[in-house]
Amino acid sequence: MALTQYKYMDVIHRCFRCGYCKFPQDWEDVDNCPAYARHRLESYSNGGRLWLIRAWITGEIEWSPHLADIVYSCVACKNCEEKCPLSFAGDIVNMVTAARNEMVEQGLVPPPVKKFLENVQLHGNPYGMAAKKRSEWMGELSLEPYNKQEFLYFVGSEGAYDTRAQLAARALAGLLQKAGTSFGVLGNAETDDGNEVELLGEDGLTEILAEKNITRFNELGVKKIITLSPHAYNAFKTVYPRFGGNYEIYHYTRILQDLLQAGKLQASQMENARITYHDPCFLGRWNNEYTAPRKVLQAIGGSRFIEMPRSRKSALCCGGGAGNYFTDLLGGSEDSPARIRARQARETGADILAVACPNCLSMLEDAVKVEGLENELLVKDIAELMNGS
Amino acid sequence: MDSIYKALVDIVGSDYVSNRTEELFTYSKDLGTSEPRWPDYVAAPKTAEEVSRIVKLANEQNVAVVPLGGGLSLAGLALPLKGGIELDLKRMDQILELNQKARYVLVEAGASHGKLTAHLHKNAPHLMHSEPGAPPAATIGGNIAIHGQGDLGHPYGFNSDMINGMEVVLPTGEICRFGSCALGNDWYTLHPLPDVSLFMGWSGSTGIITKVSLRLFPCKKIQEQDIFVVDDGDLIPDILYELTHIGMAEDLVVVSQEIPPPFNRLHYVLINIAGDCRDEMEFKRQLMFDGKLSKFIQDGTAGIGAGGMDVERPVVSKTSDWRKGGGFEYVGAIVPVTAYPECYRHGVAVSARHGIPYTTLGRVLGTGHSMMFSWTFAFNRADADSVRHSREALHETDEVVLKLGGTLWKPAVFGQKLLMDRMDPNTLQVMKKVKTMLDPNGIMNPGNWEVA
Repeated sequence: MALTQYKYMDVIHRCFRCGYCKFPQDWEDVDNCPAYARHRLESYSNGGRLWLIRAWITGEIEWSPHLADIVYSCVACKNCEEKCPLSFAGDIVNMVTAARNEMVEQGLVPPPVKKFLENVQLHGNPYGMAAKKRSEWMGELSLEPYNKQEFLYFVGSEGAYDTRAQLAARALAGLLQKAGTSFGVLGNAETDDGNEVELLGEDGLTEILAEKNITRFNELGVKKIITLSPHAYNAFKTVYPRFGGNYEIYHYTRILQDLLQAGKLQASQMENARITYHDPCFLGRWNNEYTAPRKVLQAIGGSRFIEMPRSRKSALCCGGGAGNYFTDLLGGSEDSPARIRARQARETGADILAVACPNCLSMLEDAVKVEGLENELLVKDIAELMNGS
Repeated sequence: MDSIYKALVDIVGSDYVSNRTEELFTYSKDLGTSEPRWPDYVAAPKTAEEVSRIVKLANEQNVAVVPLGGGLSLAGLALPLKGGIELDLKRMDQILELNQKARYVLVEAGASHGKLTAHLHKNAPHLMHSEPGAPPAATIGGNIAIHGQGDLGHPYGFNSDMINGMEVVLPTGEICRFGSCALGNDWYTLHPLPDVSLFMGWSGSTGIITKVSLRLFPCKKIQEQDIFVVDDGDLIPDILYELTHIGMAEDLVVVSQEIPPPFNRLHYVLINIAGDCRDEMEFKRQLMFDGKLSKFIQDGTAGIGAGGMDVERPVVSKTSDWRKGGGFEYVGAIVPVTAYPECYRHGVAVSARHGIPYTTLGRVLGTGHSMMFSWTFAFNRADADSVRHSREALHETDEVVLKLGGTLWKPAVFGQKLLMDRMDPNTLQVMKKVKTMLDPNGIMNPGNWEVA
């Protein structure tokens, strides 16, 4: 790669590779970087990755499929950015994404990443499912198309197509209806939000998706958006303003918190349930929302809320970020982050692992099954817990 | 398939072995100024038994084995100078036993200091271990292998003086234990044969440390850092003599550095004290400042820079960013405390010659029995000339240390050669005999401490 192309050339050599980026806030262990936890080789640590990227940029090493796997094994969870003590910490994920930009430019991405991007390009979702089936998530629910209601409920690709996440999407829609919230959906007119596409380095497609969504939102007069997914929440909040899309964005947990406070929604009852909560990276570390999900969970009657030692800024990512819920570059091991996280949840004594993200939902439910914990630990979206499903 | 690669896969599993460029590149690099040295394989074992099998394989195949902990020595001590198998020990990271009444903890050697600190904080907050002035990813075993020292150096000496027992995989593959654990007892003392210096300080060239029993010490409820500032470095030995006489401090460190400007040419004596109640703290402060240090204050030659500050884990990585360059390396020496002024002056001079802002630090070891003195040279990793200057400054400083009558701590190969050139021939022969006896095929971290 030509030196001048890489946006962070004047910064990337500043990583000292000291390893702070591997730890949670309390230094409990070096396994809070999902890729490093999975592989335990320095090449997969964030420092190792940055040094490899720099070596590729300067021509010290050649591109290889393995290099691409390492670069794409970062799930953009931002644990590294929380722990790195140096002044460029806020650009660590950007440095990785910029390297992915170059790999995309040169057509040098791992096959599952290529598939992810192709599917989004062709079908508007990473699964390669038909766009006209996007609204099937609604099932028997009778939901109004968006037409100047107060809120647009943006379901996202996971909620629309992933069979497990569909349950959460429906649960949330039911709750909003029950609370009398004025909202509508886009149905088959919805398309991918582009959050993962940007993190996978496909800037052009990100722009197309953002502009497409923004045009639709503006045509329909959308002002306020509720998202099921923290990933969509992040895209609308931090990416879309770059393309002129400015809306009031709410992750659904904040809406549920408000509805509870306003008395428009009754908290469910779950006698003797022991609930722990997994912070999604794109709600927590990316957007600093730690309170609303906890407030909602703590309102559930008869239950006990148990915090995991690794929570909030220290939460271990489920490993699904930056498209890895589809590309699965960290799977296949008992040290896959989702499996570690499932064990951490079970160690609290909880019998319910609550999540607030459709990616985390499917990643962690799969992990619980592989760990053989399905009879001991239920993985539930907060929306499902609130409507008693 | 490469037979060594296949054998390694059989031992540790395919996830934890690599002979691919990306891993070999990563492990070829040290964080300091050393030139890259490429291994042929990287393996990350989980148990001492796996380490043993790898070492036996290396003997059969006559390839080198280089153990690696946190990789933070900065002096290239875990670089594979002659290729072979780079052994990343960080998967051996379990905390096996915490014996609070006997005040020790048994850990696998790849456990990080950060992990141990967090474990103690959670499970035994009244106990602590001596943390090195390194990032928390530094491993317990790695620190012992380089004869490390840390923040309890004043009362208790080197970190390697705080060992109750060790498990070591010998260069021929046997797993050996030293200390009371060798009798099948608890890991509470190094006796009956406490001299296990066969492994400490040898940078893994005589064996691979796989378990360590570390002594723990009282962790007082209140901790603070006080700072005494002096502009005449010649006074430092006297000040330290007074402070070590009363033995009230847990850590005594003297820092002088060009950046930021308020530190330039001044000497900051960092005094960490601890107590279980306010009366104890006040008693210690009075002994130090009203008693031993008052004459310097009254003379107007020194003053209290700050008092009652929180004791925080040093973030040494920030040193790497002083020139926005991502790198630094230092020479560490063990010198008499009286050598502080000369060490400081030479540090300033060497740094000035190479256009590097000077940074010097001295930590008292024992009751003023010696001092670890370091000269740090930051560099810009992206600028070969800057790296060269730092490397030359390091070499010059190595020479200065020996001229001043000091000895080098965890020396790089350049410094090891300087030491061995001056070493008593009989001592050298003992070193050679030890090495030959333990490592007949010369496979363990070759190139380090090699007697010609």
